Amino acid sequence: MTQVKQKGPEVTLTPPEDAGNGLKTQEMVINMGPQHPSTHGVLRMELTLDGEIVTKAVPHIGYLHRCFEKHCEAMNDYTKVIPYVDRMDYVAAMNNELGYAIAMERLMGIQVNDRVEYIRVIMAELQRIASHLLALGTFGLDIGAFTPFLYCFIEREKVLDIFEKASGARLLYNYIWIGGLMNDVPADFKSDTAAFVTSFRPKIKELNDLLSYNKIFVERTANVGVLPEKVAINYGISGPSLRGSGVKWDLRRDDPYSIYDRFEFDVIVGKGEVGTLGDCWDRYIVRVWEMEESLKIIEQALDQMPGEGDVQESVPKKIRPPAGEIYCRTETPRGELGYYIISDKSTTPFRIKARAPSFVNLSVLPAISVGSMVADMVAIIGSIDIVLGEVDR
Amino acid sequence: MKTVEELYRVLSEKFGEEVLEFREEEVVVPWIVVRAEHIRDVAKYLRDEPGLRFDSLMCLSGVHYPKENTLGVTYHLFSTSEKHKLTLKVIMPEDDAHLPTVEQVWKTADWHEREAFDMFGIRFDGHPDHRRILCPDDWEGYPLRKDYEVQEIYRGMKVKY
Repeated sequence: MTQVKQKGPEVTLTPPEDAGNGLKTQEMVINMGPQHPSTHGVLRMELTLDGEIVTKAVPHIGYLHRCFEKHCEAMNDYTKVIPYVDRMDYVAAMNNELGYAIAMERLMGIQVNDRVEYIRVIMAELQRIASHLLALGTFGLDIGAFTPFLYCFIEREKVLDIFEKASGARLLYNYIWIGGLMNDVPADFKSDTAAFVTSFRPKIKELNDLLSYNKIFVERTANVGVLPEKVAINYGISGPSLRGSGVKWDLRRDDPYSIYDRFEFDVIVGKGEVGTLGDCWDRYIVRVWEMEESLKIIEQALDQMPGEGDVQESVPKKIRPPAGEIYCRTETPRGELGYYIISDKSTTPFRIKARAPSFVNLSVLPAISVGSMVADMVAIIGSIDIVLGEVDR
Repeated sequence: MKTVEELYRVLSEKFGEEVLEFREEEVVVPWIVVRAEHIRDVAKYLRDEPGLRFDSLMCLSGVHYPKENTLGVTYHLFSTSEKHKLTLKVIMPEDDAHLPTVEQVWKTADWHEREAFDMFGIRFDGHPDHRRILCPDDWEGYPLRKDYEVQEIYRGMKVKY
C-alpha cells in the first residue's frame, strides 16, 4: 500500500482483499538510462519501484567525465581553458565563457570597454534564449509533444546563425576572451539581432498556444515533482528551477556582474498558476517568460551599444595573474555557474573548479521524485533541464 | 551586511582564537581558516545565528597544496538575506585528511563532498553516502592530486595510450 504524494489530493491505493490470489508484490529495482531518450544525455537513474511508484531514486553520474579541472592544470596558458569551458554546458557556451572571462578579469583587475560589455551581454542573452528554446522543446518532446520541438528549433537556428556570423561557429564559439572578444561583430549584427527580436516576440505566444496551456501537457506537468522553496535553497538550487519555486533570485539583479545593472528587466518567478507552486509546469513557464525578459535586455543593449571601440583593446599579451584566488559566479540559463580560480603567479592555473549549476540542481532529484510515478520521472528530469556535459565536466 | 573582518570578530568571540585564523595578505578576498574538527559547529553557527544567516553554500572545493603536503577544503558561503559572503578554509595533512561533513547543514555539500572525496581522497566523517561520484567505484587513486599517476590497467583495459 503506497501513498501517491503528488497527484492532486492524496489518494491511498488499497488493493482489493482478494487481489493477486494471495501473491505478494515485491519492490523492483530498474535502471533508467544511461541511454534513454528522456535522460538528456548519459544519466543513469537507479529506481526502486513499488509497482508504478518510485520509492527511491539514485542518480549515477560520471559517464561524460572528461577531467575538465585536471586538463586546466595541464594548460600552460589561461586562455587555453576557454575552449574547455565551452564544452561543459555545450548548449550555452557563451554564458560559460562570459563567466570565466569575468572571473579572470576580476582576478587580474582588467576593465573592458563598453562596446565589449554590450556585445557580451547581447551574446549572453541570445544564448539564454537559444538554450531555453532547446530546454522547452525537448521538455515537450519528453512529455510526448513533438511539434513544439520543431517550432523551437526553427527559432534556435536563427540565433545560431547570428553567432555563426560573429564567431564562425554554431555551438562552441571561443568568442569571449579574457579582456575582450575574439573579433568585432560583423557590420549587420545590429540589424540581424533587431530583426530576430521583432520576429521572435510573437513566437512566445505561439509556444504558449501550442504547448504551455495544452491540456495534456498541463495534466502531465502540474502538481508533479513539487520542489518547495526551503528545500530548493538548502540544496543550493539556482536558476529557473529555483525561481520556479517562487524565489525571486537572479544573480543578474542580486549580485550584478558586467553591466546588468544598466538594464530594466523583471525576475520571473513561478506562481503555481495551474497546480502547486514549484511543480514541473512552474519551472517550465519561468523559462518561457524569461525569454521575453532576455528580449527586453537585448533591445535596451542594442539601443545603448556604442558604435566605436576596439574589442581587443584590453586583451593582455601574457596572462600572468597575481597570486591569489577568486570565486566568481554568473547566471547561466541553468543557474549559478561559479568559477573558483587559484593562481600561483605563474601562467599555468594552479586550480580551477567549476561549480556547475546542473550538477547541483540534479542532486535534488532523489528528494523530489520519491512518491511519483515512473512516467513522471521523465517530466521531473526534463523540468530541471540538466546538461550532462556540465554535470560530469 | 558584514565584512570578513567583522565576521571574523563575531566568530572568534564565539569559538576562540585557537580554532580560527584570519588570512589577509596576497589574496583578493580574505578568508578564515578553521580547524578541521570544528568546521561543522562553525558552519551550523554561521547558518543559524541571526545577523549572519549564511543559508547558502555556493561552492565547496578540494585543493591540493603539494609544497606544504596538505589538502584543503574551501567553503564559499553566502547569505541571501544579509547579502554577505565568506570564505572558509580547512587545511589538513595529506596523509590523514578527514573532517566532519557539513551535509546536514547545507544539502549542497552532499554531492560536492563526494566530489572532493573522489578527486582528492578527503574523507568526510558522518557523510551518509560516502561514495565516489564521477569516477567508477573501483577506480584507483585521486585524480586531482598534483602527484597523481593514472593506473596502467582498468578492468583489463589499457588506460594510458
